[in-house]
Amino acid sequence: MSNQNEETTKKEHSGVLVVVERKAGEPTNGSLQLTGKGKELAEQLGVKLIAVILGDDESALKTNAESLIRHSADEVYMIVNPGLAEYHTLPYTKAITQFITTKKPEIVLFNASTTGRDLAPRIAARLETGLTADCTNLLIEDYVDPRTKKEYENVLFQVRPAFGGDVLATIVSPEHFPQMATVRQDVFDTPEADHEKTGLIEKFEVNLDDSDFLLVTEEKIEYKKKTVDLKGAKVIVSGGRGLGKDPEKGFELLHELAEALGGTVGASRGAADKEWIDRGHQVGQTGQTVKPEIYIAFGISGAIQHLAGMQGSRTIIAINKDPNAPIFKYADYGIVGDAFDVLPKMIEMAKSK
Amino acid sequence: MNCVVLVKQVPDPNKKVGMTDQGTVDRDKSEGIMNPFDANALEMALQLKEKHGGKVTVVTMGPPKADAALREALSMGADEAFLLSDRKMAVADTLATAYTLSQAIRKIGNYDLVMSGIMAIDGDTAQVGPQIAERLGIPQVTYVEEMEIEADGKAKFKRLVEDGYEIIRTRQPLSECPVAVTVTNTANKPRYPSVMKKLKAAKAVIPTWTVADIEDSEENHSRYGMSGSPTKVKKIERPQSGKSPCKLAEGKTPDEMVECLFKQAELDKARA
Ligand SMILES: Cc1cc2nc3c(=O)[nH]c(=O)nc-3n(C[C@H](O)[C@H](O)[C@H](O)COP(=O)(O)OP(=O)(O)OC[C@H]3O[C@@H](n4cnc5c(N)ncnc54)[C@H](O)[C@@H]3O)c2cc1C
Ligand SMILES: Nc1ncnc2c1ncn2[C@@H]1O[C@H](COP(=O)(O)O)[C@@H](O)[C@H]1O
Repeated sequence: MSNQNEETTKKEHSGVLVVVERKAGEPTNGSLQLTGKGKELAEQLGVKLIAVILGDDESALKTNAESLIRHSADEVYMIVNPGLAEYHTLPYTKAITQFITTKKPEIVLFNASTTGRDLAPRIAARLETGLTADCTNLLIEDYVDPRTKKEYENVLFQVRPAFGGDVLATIVSPEHFPQMATVRQDVFDTPEADHEKTGLIEKFEVNLDDSDFLLVTEEKIEYKKKTVDLKGAKVIVSGGRGLGKDPEKGFELLHELAEALGGTVGASRGAADKEWIDRGHQVGQTGQTVKPEIYIAFGISGAIQHLAGMQGSRTIIAINKDPNAPIFKYADYGIVGDAFDVLPKMIEMAKSK
Repeated sequence: MNCVVLVKQVPDPNKKVGMTDQGTVDRDKSEGIMNPFDANALEMALQLKEKHGGKVTVVTMGPPKADAALREALSMGADEAFLLSDRKMAVADTLATAYTLSQAIRKIGNYDLVMSGIMAIDGDTAQVGPQIAERLGIPQVTYVEEMEIEADGKAKFKRLVEDGYEIIRTRQPLSECPVAVTVTNTANKPRYPSVMKKLKAAKAVIPTWTVADIEDSEENHSRYGMSGSPTKVKKIERPQSGKSPCKLAEGKTPDEMVECLFKQAELDKARA
């Protein structure tokens, strides 16, 4: 990059910053997990853990800030502005970039949520710095560049799955600050609240103008809460968009098979979004996490968000007409074939005896 | 409605991936396919063109043989294609990739929408789309499943988020304020190219642009490829999952396969 002098750059950056995400007026669980991990990194580096939180309601932010202090932040900065009432890429990018440029943290962490993955790349580009996506581990280590043999102390090692989880890559950004990462939810524990702990809470002012408001959110539709309890099921028979040829028939057959096996019906988000089945049956990152003895997936490709909810099943069986569907990498048994050809025979066999 | 669609050639996930000494993907050793999500972005662009007219331009950055992804895009119905290929562009991370692509988009000019897939299935980063938006100074809407252009030229998007979706609208017509969009795989079913179009695409002349073609300032040459990439891959491991590979049921007919599956997975024991 534009030959910055990394010695000075590194020295003037200090502190670990967590960009806190809010949901229904509260810091998300993912954000609390980040403050926990961030604190660990900050202690190793001998620096402060800083949190920044944005919104339009100062008293609500104040309450959030106190909670963040109890959950291991040393300093919390509140950016209060009517334009930050809800998340929009441009005003949030501007506000957080102004904060980072002023406070100069050496590490900045975001959640790898739809918000974090929308926001962090934009900020990284504005700051001309590196960003590592969807990390599952973060470590502080010394680094030697194999090409230049140059040594760097206390570099953030950012570990992340790539190629759909086939490989684990360790990424470093030794010469550019801050070092930035988005971090996957639920890989780090939520820290215990320490009710005695105190810390600095302060406001940070930003300037926003009309050019930051080019989009309007007209509606936010939140899906209804979970209804069907899949957690206790020993067998789950799940359907996805692969049942699209005749979804009504497909799910009818799934119910029949589930009943014959003494199980419950599940679904991918793909199927629930199409309203082939009630949202309450959805398995995955934003659905339910299940661990049945047997999980049978019909016409489900095995997207990472789906796998997140069923990978813990004892035996996974996949029926998919595409032999290359990612689900087969996680399945123990499988049939490459059309779900509609396979289902009747499976029901017959499950019922026999 | 002029759309620039970014398509990436990615290693075929079902062939073994080659790695270089630097720990990056060895594209010479890997069979390439068009990134599946990019096919969804292209399909969305083609549907917009069918409805509102205009032009669909596809761009890729990669080695010379990445032209295969562009030919696939042409055979699906794209009007024009550009290949960005130069040794100086090699080993780019998302920041350098986005800079390179944005320079090409500036050169193409006159666009209303810049469309990409939500993520490439090799790096899985989902960063290039938003970073291009930043470079071009235009707003972005990520995770788009549906979009519509209304009579006044403004656009309306359905954006997927964790617990539902959002409806987002532009304040200005796209002709005044273009938008960068990243498209989900659930948006549509990409069309199959016709044989005729395939033959035509195979013969199409695809211009190749080097750094010199898209960059006026000598000073900015360091923003490409490895020198423009803050991040470095320290190492790549293949985690030992300890899981044995999937046992696929054998049989000539579905019935035989089901019987085989029941035996292998001992499904009869699961019976209620
Ligand atoms: C923020 C966010 C959160 C998400 N959360 C979740 C979540 O919690 N849970 C979830 O599941 N997804 C979630 N997703 C969506 C996820 O990314 C995938 O889009 C979704 O899981 C795909 O569903 P699918 O496998 O049913 O469909 P597809 O990916 O379309 O796969 C269909 C499969 O069926 C096969 N097929 C087609 N026809 C047949 C046939 N006749 N017989 C057999 N096989 C056939 C195809 O080969 C294909 O593999 C989320 C996405 C986002 C952006
Ligand atoms: N080298 C490239 N050439 C063209 N488009 C790309 C390239 N890299 C990334 N993209 C686009 O950016 C999207 C996101 O890629 P990524 O950030 O790498 O996950 C892809 O789906 C493509 O549309």
